[in-house]
Amino acid sequence: MLEKTGIASEEQIASSFPSMERLEKGPVAVIECFQRIPCNPCATSCKKGAIVPFVDINDLPDLNHQKCNGCSLCVFNCPGLAIMVVDYTYSETQVSFKLPYEFLPLPLEGSTVMGLDRNGDAICDCDVLKVTNSKVMDRTPLVTVAVDKKHLMTFRNIKVVQDGR
Amino acid sequence: MKHVEVFVVGGGPAGLCAAISAAESGADVIVAERSSILGGQLIKQTHMFFGSEKQYAGTRGIDITDILIDKLNEMDNVKILKDTTVLSVYEDGVISIEENGVYKKIKPERIIIATGASEKSLAFPNNDMPGIYGAGAVQTLMNIHGVRPGHNVLMVGAGNIGLIVSYQLMQAGVNVKAILDASPTIGGYLVHASKIRRMGVPILTRHTVKRADGTDSLEKATIVELDEKWQEIPGSEQELDVDVMCVSIGLSPLSELLFQSGCEMAYIREFGGYVPLRSINLKTSQDHIYIAGDVGGIEEASSAMVEGHIAGLAVAKSINKVHENYDLLYKDYHEQLASLRAGHAGDHIRSGLEKATI
Amino acid sequence: MRIQEHPVLDFKKGKEVEFTCNDKTIMGYEGETIAAALHASGVKVLSHSSENHRPRGFYCAIGNCSSCLMEVDGMPNVRICTEPLKAGMVVLSQSGKGEIR
Repeated sequence: MLEKTGIASEEQIASSFPSMERLEKGPVAVIECFQRIPCNPCATSCKKGAIVPFVDINDLPDLNHQKCNGCSLCVFNCPGLAIMVVDYTYSETQVSFKLPYEFLPLPLEGSTVMGLDRNGDAICDCDVLKVTNSKVMDRTPLVTVAVDKKHLMTFRNIKVVQDGR
Repeated sequence: MKHVEVFVVGGGPAGLCAAISAAESGADVIVAERSSILGGQLIKQTHMFFGSEKQYAGTRGIDITDILIDKLNEMDNVKILKDTTVLSVYEDGVISIEENGVYKKIKPERIIIATGASEKSLAFPNNDMPGIYGAGAVQTLMNIHGVRPGHNVLMVGAGNIGLIVSYQLMQAGVNVKAILDASPTIGGYLVHASKIRRMGVPILTRHTVKRADGTDSLEKATIVELDEKWQEIPGSEQELDVDVMCVSIGLSPLSELLFQSGCEMAYIREFGGYVPLRSINLKTSQDHIYIAGDVGGIEEASSAMVEGHIAGLAVAKSINKVHENYDLLYKDYHEQLASLRAGHAGDHIRSGLEKATI
Repeated sequence: MRIQEHPVLDFKKGKEVEFTCNDKTIMGYEGETIAAALHASGVKVLSHSSENHRPRGFYCAIGNCSSCLMEVDGMPNVRICTEPLKAGMVVLSQSGKGEIR
């Protein structure tokens, strides 16, 4: 149970993902926000209107995956860092994930980092495709990594492996 | 004895917003802050805030302070006294202060007390050892002074402060070994919990600290599991090698001035301790004393700011300095508060308010 | 113990100064609290309790709890967690409630 462990169940995660049909069309946001709390920056930052404007700020985000183009504005605006952008079309064998990453050192583009699941356990290596840290992101850099497609539902975080660690 | 219109005690989010609204209404305002920096707890909050745009959602707490200070600096009817401790608020309405080492007495027409809250402590053997700190203390050390508290931390309490400070510790390069909570469920926002779990930090619900040990300072902590009746389960003890323990089990309002001034007080568990009874406009049982923020009940910075605005508007109106948009703002601020408190996360606040509102 | 690089914050320090704590020379930065300077150089024990001589450090770090009282430049009962550091300060552990001379 999420309230006991802090980890969403497989059903909850599956419910945040769009259909395979949508995944095969290109980048799309996945929002893992399951608790009603007063919070709405995801909806106010979405320029596509893909996240339905909140009537009550305690509502859960209502994301229309068809309208979403994976622009990732919501990713660095979410105070809970609960959103990532998934691109299943990255390659034949790999899916790319764009994650908020607020740690130092930032990984280097072209390097390899450890991929973690929602429990913080290492499940794979990932290739770092891109790191963006522009002023508008207000110190929430975005890191895009490529991961084997079999980890689509389990991959959730990265760890920069440093020398001597 | 100085005559003053509105005197705000506390330069945190509630006090600053109270000063803004009272000054915008045309009152002459003095803000007294005991520290050399304004902002209260906001200055340590490196994370993005929740709430809605009106409460600066998505903005980091550290930046919100600057926004509020900038607003105050634009007004010439606000005087800010830093390094100024309010020593007493007497029953006859006289305040005594220590301003940079000089003792002064003031009799304001109205007082807004926005002194916030302080951390509770937990009882267990050797809980007085160096290395055991309030979670806010660790935040101050890390985020204000840039000093790491130690190497391996045990966080006691999985409310928002426990979860957020754990994340900030990891950002500062400090290892968090575990987060404990005696409750069966995590008290803080689950998105904060998920964020820290996917970094590999365990959250152990139904666990508490049994004892701490070390020679001159903390070296290890013994934790234990609790059953449904909150009793220790024998044999479930575990020892953790930690040199820092953060106690984050809740806050208690800093209510001394309210007691002293003769305001009617009540112990309200949902609010974290003794709080003054108050009207919906935040006036206490004393006509000249108002409150805003955590001193009235432990909540969030977002609601502290909105309460500050309400108290500022109300206080100014009570001395016939009525904001030109009083009705609109009054309605808007109350709606904001209702919205923030509407969900499950606000259940205990609404329950506390039923007991505290006169 | 000092953080060199932080993902969100920029630490602006005053000038580096020398002070003594129980006759030991320590470096700190002007304007930071004495408690922060001591902690950064590894000093966690600030005094011992008056009855049972138990080691004491700070607890709240913000001036509420009185755990961190030390004598500073001859003045006892100074909350070092809120007192800003100045060059040449003489900081001493006090026993019990300190003496007002």
